[in-house]
Amino acid sequence: MQDADTRPPVEATDTLAPLRVATAGSVDDGKSTLIGRLLYDCRALLSDQLAQVERASRRRGLGHADLALVTDGLRAEREQGITIDVAFRYFATARRRFVLADAPGHVEYTRNMAVAASQADAAVVLVDVRHGVVEQTRRHLTLARLLGVPTVVVAVNKMDRVGFSLEAFARVRDEATRFSAALERSLAGPEGRGSPAASSGPGPVALHVLPLSALDGDNVVTPSPRLPWYDGPALLALLEELPVADALVASGDGARLAVQWVIRPQSDAHPDYRGYAGRVAAGVLAAGDAVTILPSGVRSVVRALDTARGPVARAPAGTSVVVHLAGDVDASRGDWITTGRAPLERAQVTADLAWLGDRPLAARGRYLLKHGARTVPVRFAPELARYDIATGRLAPPGPLALTKNELALVGLEVGAPLPVEPASTRAVRGFLLLDPATHDTVAAGLLRG
Amino acid sequence: MSSDAHLATLEDEAIHVLREVVAERERPALLFSAGKDSIVLLHLAQKAFAPARLPFPILHVDTGHNFPEALAFRDALVARLGLELIVASVEQSIAEGRVVDEEGPGASRNRLQTVTLLDALGAHGIDVAFGGGRRDEDRARAKERVVSFRDTLGQWDPKRQRPELFGLYNCALRRGEHLRAFPLSNFTELDVWEYVRREALPVPSLYFAHERAVFARDGMLYAASDVVSRRPSEPVFRAEVRFRTVGDMSCTGAVRSRARDLDAVLREVREATLTERGATRADDRVTEAAMEDRKREGYF
Repeated sequence: MQDADTRPPVEATDTLAPLRVATAGSVDDGKSTLIGRLLYDCRALLSDQLAQVERASRRRGLGHADLALVTDGLRAEREQGITIDVAFRYFATARRRFVLADAPGHVEYTRNMAVAASQADAAVVLVDVRHGVVEQTRRHLTLARLLGVPTVVVAVNKMDRVGFSLEAFARVRDEATRFSAALERSLAGPEGRGSPAASSGPGPVALHVLPLSALDGDNVVTPSPRLPWYDGPALLALLEELPVADALVASGDGARLAVQWVIRPQSDAHPDYRGYAGRVAAGVLAAGDAVTILPSGVRSVVRALDTARGPVARAPAGTSVVVHLAGDVDASRGDWITTGRAPLERAQVTADLAWLGDRPLAARGRYLLKHGARTVPVRFAPELARYDIATGRLAPPGPLALTKNELALVGLEVGAPLPVEPASTRAVRGFLLLDPATHDTVAAGLLRG
Repeated sequence: MSSDAHLATLEDEAIHVLREVVAERERPALLFSAGKDSIVLLHLAQKAFAPARLPFPILHVDTGHNFPEALAFRDALVARLGLELIVASVEQSIAEGRVVDEEGPGASRNRLQTVTLLDALGAHGIDVAFGGGRRDEDRARAKERVVSFRDTLGQWDPKRQRPELFGLYNCALRRGEHLRAFPLSNFTELDVWEYVRREALPVPSLYFAHERAVFARDGMLYAASDVVSRRPSEPVFRAEVRFRTVGDMSCTGAVRSRARDLDAVLREVREATLTERGATRADDRVTEAAMEDRKREGYF
């Protein structure tokens, strides 16, 4: 590590879209060490950051630079040696840029793992090979899939502690694979309740399981001679090839955009200007497209599209645009501009959600649902089905009760019909639940059907 | 993905945040320091609502120890763009007895700004303040939400941050509470400079190499000025320097540099082996968690 200050950071000359990666794992599975290793080996740690880590390690009486101290940036985290909240880090290889969301492993802070997962293209779940798949591993696998992460990588860590044994690795791999298969069946729709629409997109998980040692760097950035029986890619090489989440969503259903703000300058230079500002949530919006505005059902045509980079003919998902519509159309914040096949609009919806609040779900409580650019009152259906973290299965429907970190399939009665598209992007399907009394964000999830 | 596409993604994300927060709150303001991050943020804010006027004022916390170049830049920009400017003065907070000025070598008004800032937010009823903070700046900033809650005392509680998922932001507040919003959260220092170049944005001359009277302290170079007192062991000499960050004169160091134009600055940032705060900010060298501690009190 001594030569760190002479090595400039790697510059990305990549052609792939940046990959957002969430990392998770149980406490002491070596997650922060893995991230420190990735950042260090990709030269994304600058010499003052490394010096800071070395100083902090010495003060804690450690003989080596503890790379976990790179991302555990809060005082309480460093005191306790645990990760409390997500840290976002940026690094690049010659092939690709990465945004890394380092999520907490401790069960108390699972809601912060949900934050990391909600925008991730891939989740890397660390497992200590000596302990195997533990409850927190299963919780993170479930949470990642429930929040729509399309690719999951189970990184079987600390292989150095079991003599790089294939048998030890295979035991964890088989456990993870079995659990994942059960979970996919639950997410695809519970027996007896499944309707054709009641499946959770975007499609089944791509599961990768690989062995590594974060401490020594085996199979993290480069393949390890100590793992001769493993012929797959090292972790970084795998991440360089993974698809981004939105690329896996078929755009056949047309474009979706929630109106955030209506721009009306009413100035001498722009007396009649009226533009609908928002970010394309799915599909491609193009000038000339016929559109339907929801919930009014009013039809119009896209006259022009403006972006921060000037007018464009086409705006793919993720683009912030101003839409100019033909004719005198009434649309306001929260409305959806849609093309192609119109989405189903429902006032009774089913949803997978994670309860994040400190206070349990109040059966007769009033909650607000925030979806797209709209916030509407919502009431829970009288029964819900919890995800059983031990098995990955949905428990039979039971009474309305949820506490922090529990995951469930619920029914919701919504104050205004919402577009429901189970196979679309998370920008279309995602929602928050707010408690209007405390203003807390108490739950988050994806609309299912 | 090319650098152009990468910048476009960051730009679209920032604009989404700006529109969303402005739509949800009553009285936003944009914290403007004349530094490169706030220049980029202001530019994005104008784009987000164009061709309408910027629908909120900009707020400058004037420590009284600003670089004259930064103040001149601010005033020219405000005049050119026709912006509404609120100036919150640390001098005035000192005169009113709200804070006590530090004295002697090493004295800084950096920490005092927090009181002035919170007073100004209260006085103007501002319920959300946009800031140019980036997650790559510091370990504590790396942990902060894009839309970050502050209680009635202006405090950030890192253990009780609101979950932020799917790009949906809970902007609910009670009276006296406020939000800080950081649309540039996912920009890096290099991204900011590449954006400055793409958009041909003017930035203060401080960012480019120039000859200046400086003195050395704690391994950093500081501008010699009336507002920073020197020890006898700290002689003034001339050197070719530039500033990587523009903050209060008392705590912002210069780096030796020959980067006299934007391309040279970009080359220098790409090859840097120190972070911008590690290289130039005395305020972050105090303790392991200096930034977290200031943020908890309500700092930027």
